[in-house]
Amino acid sequence: MGLLSARDLIRRAKEPATYDSPVLELEHLDTLWLQVTGTLCNLACLHCFISCGPNNDSHDMMSLGQVQEAVDRAVEEGVKEFYFTGGEPFMHPQIREMIDCALEHGPLTVLTNGILIDEEMAAWLGDRFRESRYSFDLRVSLDGTTAAENDAIRGRHTFEKILSGVDRLHQNGINPVITVTTCHAELGAEAGRQRFFELLRSRGLERPRLKFLAPFKIGREERRGGGYEDYERLKKGDLNEEAKESLQCSSCRMVTAKGAYPCPILIEVEEARMGDSLDDALEPIELNHPACYTCFVEGVTCRT
Amino acid sequence: MKGTRFAVFGGVYNNHLSLKATLDDARSRGAQELFCLGDMGGFGPNPDRVFPLLRDVDDLYVMQGNYDHSIGNRLDDCACGYTDPRDNHFAQISYDYTLENTADTHKDWLKQLPGTFRKTWGRRRVLMAHGSPRRINEFLWESMCPDAFLASLLTDAEADLLFVTHTGIPWKRRLPDGRMVVNVGAIGRPANHGQTTVDYALVEVKDREVEVSIMPVAYDHQELAREMREEKLPEEFVETVLTGWWTTCLEVLPAKERAAGKY
Repeated sequence: MGLLSARDLIRRAKEPATYDSPVLELEHLDTLWLQVTGTLCNLACLHCFISCGPNNDSHDMMSLGQVQEAVDRAVEEGVKEFYFTGGEPFMHPQIREMIDCALEHGPLTVLTNGILIDEEMAAWLGDRFRESRYSFDLRVSLDGTTAAENDAIRGRHTFEKILSGVDRLHQNGINPVITVTTCHAELGAEAGRQRFFELLRSRGLERPRLKFLAPFKIGREERRGGGYEDYERLKKGDLNEEAKESLQCSSCRMVTAKGAYPCPILIEVEEARMGDSLDDALEPIELNHPACYTCFVEGVTCRT
Repeated sequence: MKGTRFAVFGGVYNNHLSLKATLDDARSRGAQELFCLGDMGGFGPNPDRVFPLLRDVDDLYVMQGNYDHSIGNRLDDCACGYTDPRDNHFAQISYDYTLENTADTHKDWLKQLPGTFRKTWGRRRVLMAHGSPRRINEFLWESMCPDAFLASLLTDAEADLLFVTHTGIPWKRRLPDGRMVVNVGAIGRPANHGQTTVDYALVEVKDREVEVSIMPVAYDHQELAREMREEKLPEEFVETVLTGWWTTCLEVLPAKERAAGKY
């Protein structure tokens, strides 16, 4: 995979901070990300790499028309799957129409904190899950196996609210993927993972599905856990073919109300904006941001 | 008049009993050539028993799957890398057992197998691959493959008819323009639907058109279960053989396919 050796890391740390970044072609548009609610969220999690929250309108909500246009263009490219994120997608008043629009053309995953999924919405989602031709997945973020652990990151009383949302989905036949950001490294280790499996089984989810993600040291997370060091950059020659393939930006693009970007991580980086629409974003990209280093070293993919 | 027939199958998973049953079934239905899309090992008992049925057989062509690549190259694991420690545990048992019980001569054979087959059947350009035309380990699940994506795969691969395996669950889809993709499923393990049968694809070429049928095959699964227990393979694997439901390594299943299973 993309791991650097200890010797590489030491050599890197000693080098001056001037970089010649690798360039990555878009091999095929497998994944289209849509920032449907922009940076608007009902929570303001301390590790959010794009600092989403109730007052962040840096990226506006997308209109249904914008979503439709991006989906149609992606279908022309032979897209394989869609992801909705935000912000909190269930804050969008037309989220149902958007879900239907994407599911008509391919599998869809919606990333959510689950809090706004009430009984009625859970029942609607359950119907879509059963009726749609393509796979429909919900991914619910949870950052600890106790209220103390989770709420320290995601905000007071969120632990129970998130798990109640998970319960409602489960009661309606949906087994969501619980996504954990490994702000505390032990959460990603085997014993930490095991705790999440046990928590979910104890709530009646007999077949827990989990995804663990490394934090990106940008946005609010930079203030919480510290930013990147100078040496944490990719350089030409770091990527072999296997590493290129494993980077999701070799097969994904992100569309927001503000334009098109290489990936979900970099939408607050002005230089990362590739143009107004997906059409402008099919070009190769330069992996010159320190977050690219996290994807490479940690083997991160935002895909499920 | 009967057309020309072929058989395409994959996912043998050490199941020599279902392999024999599949070959017999396909030949008895008149298949002139048989194509195996790889993954000889994993899951089942006594790995070396499949090779006499697969090697140096005139009407049979065999391709390398990702498991064959790992075993052939004597790698340490199957490289599945599951999130759930339980899945990794079972995957490793299966892999270590297969690696240990596959003779060197068979490992060397697995290592040199080809990665794709191309044919022309009727007016169709046919491509066979293990995972997808792009990658040996890409899963093509029915619920995860939009028509537009499949069309793009076929165009890029310059094919009108694509056969793959790798997922273990069979499906086929004809696109609006007439091109077709077939996942032949697996013959070594039932397809997580509560039936003990396994699946392969029977192809009939007639009047330059190609028809594909997914064929269920019954075999002596009780005998396989007995052999698995004799080899001290996990009871979880035996349960799959006896019930038709998958019990481990379910993480790779998309939401829709996962919901259709028991676990």
